[in-house]
Amino acid sequence: MDTTELERIAREIRLRDLQAVFEAGAGHIGGEMSVIDILTALYFRVLKVWPDQPKHPDRDRFVLSKGHTACALYVTLAKRGFIPEEEISTFLQPHSRLNGHPNCNKVPGVETNTGPLGHGLPVAVGMAKAAKLSGAGYRTYVVTGDGEMQEGSNWEAIMAAAQFKLDNLTLIIDHNRFQQGAALAETNDLAPLRPKLEAFGWEVTEIDGNSMGEIVPALEHRGLGPHCIVAHTNKGHGISFMQDRVEWHHKVPSREQYEIALAELSEAL
Amino acid sequence: MNAPVNPPKLHDCRDAFASTLERLAGENETIVAVCNDSVGSSKLGGFKSRFPERLVNVGIAEQNMVGVGAGLANGGRLPFVCGAAPFLTGRSLEQIKADISYSNANVKLVGISSGMAYGELGPTHHSIEDFAWTRVLPNLPVIAPCDRIETAAAVAWAATYSGPCFLRLSRVGVPDLLPEGHTFELGKANLLRQGSQVTLIANGTLTHRIVKAAEILADRGIDARVLNLATVRPIDEEAIIAAARETGAIVTAEEHSIFGGLGSAVAEVVVDHAPVPMKRLGVPGVYAPTGSAEFLLDEYGMSPSAIADAAQELIKRK
Repeated sequence: MDTTELERIAREIRLRDLQAVFEAGAGHIGGEMSVIDILTALYFRVLKVWPDQPKHPDRDRFVLSKGHTACALYVTLAKRGFIPEEEISTFLQPHSRLNGHPNCNKVPGVETNTGPLGHGLPVAVGMAKAAKLSGAGYRTYVVTGDGEMQEGSNWEAIMAAAQFKLDNLTLIIDHNRFQQGAALAETNDLAPLRPKLEAFGWEVTEIDGNSMGEIVPALEHRGLGPHCIVAHTNKGHGISFMQDRVEWHHKVPSREQYEIALAELSEAL
Repeated sequence: MNAPVNPPKLHDCRDAFASTLERLAGENETIVAVCNDSVGSSKLGGFKSRFPERLVNVGIAEQNMVGVGAGLANGGRLPFVCGAAPFLTGRSLEQIKADISYSNANVKLVGISSGMAYGELGPTHHSIEDFAWTRVLPNLPVIAPCDRIETAAAVAWAATYSGPCFLRLSRVGVPDLLPEGHTFELGKANLLRQGSQVTLIANGTLTHRIVKAAEILADRGIDARVLNLATVRPIDEEAIIAAARETGAIVTAEEHSIFGGLGSAVAEVVVDHAPVPMKRLGVPGVYAPTGSAEFLLDEYGMSPSAIADAAQELIKRK
């Protein structure tokens, strides 16, 4: 699938995500908007997956470590054929399998339960190590938030991935510069991320994480060791009044805001 | 004159764990051992020599170790994740919850040197909270074998069981109690001694102590039932209810805090189904002083004679 087509799908996913969050009255829309381009490139270009056989042993593994942006993953999985598209309207409803954080035993395509931060990368290291042990050809991709990199468990996993020479592992850090309560810079400023990852023995690529033309080649890069993509993104990307605003971490648009956002995203289509 | 008594040979259950794991790994190439710089203390030296590629040492990083275990299981491997019980459970409790229990990952957690095994190293190294921490988690059987035979049987069971579990092992020597060839059955207590006046229940390193306590009670003319209850979750409700109804009093003993452990689990069943007087022996909600595991168990009223005394007192409350 080419870049233009990927960009169109990403806009559709943004639109459906916005609608789902508005209707559910909850969600993490800021971080969803920042990560949707990456999810789109993964599921519609990079990942080797079979939606009708979600547990196929040769499938590439994807872990959304920033599990609070589950809605974006659900919309992407639905668009890719893992779950019915109409099911998105059940997001957060009683007994819906579309919980606020993804559940691997309920939702096809979800590989491991996430939600508490700092869990996805260690599990992804295990997935990549398993492929090394069994000789399987699948690759493992994991997306973390930049604030999430404050969790020590990530750095334990970063050390292990380098030690195990996991050239089949790609970490994408959604570097939107905001966490729940404040800017990263005002909390525990990890930036610049690149030299830190490089010091731990990772190969690092820095990209505009909302530009499909930069995301795809970075995801398709193959190196000699674990690969980290520092994806510079914008919280609330695509919606003018949300962009780079910390309050949109989990704020729900009013009816008026919803209409404006809807118009902006539709116009881009 | 009494016949000379030879003290029974004591076995470190870790040896049974390690030799069983090595044997199974020879038959099943998906088995991997994951450890946190604990090759020696987990007795994985032999495993490492025979299957060097399949020994995944993550260094001193327990949260990552448990997450890696979940990922290995996702990739079709059968991981036995081994580490000192206090750190395997406490340090990575949320990983055990989210990545293992909630995800229902096929990972076998092996907590070694549990209870007061590291007695002299102080309360940071005592693992007397691990039953409480793990037994509240769905999908996660919690098992504390009482001897090398039950340890080997539980490890063999774990390798064929499709789902996670937590095996709690000590490093303190215990005598053989179960017959050779014993098969582990999840959630089933072993009746080690029939009895009608009181029931003694324990697991792990305490089982041989309650066996001795029952012998002391027999000398005093008291007929005590003895149950080895390796599986704390799912618990053998049937055996506990029968013990309550048929003997009318229950004493539990454990190398764990009296809060949230085996005694609490038994009490939950008793209070729901067949209330009878109970006495829960264990560490009474304190940080222990220094001393060996054996010393500390005696110190907290779990010498065989103290257990017998507690049972005798309890019978008066029936």
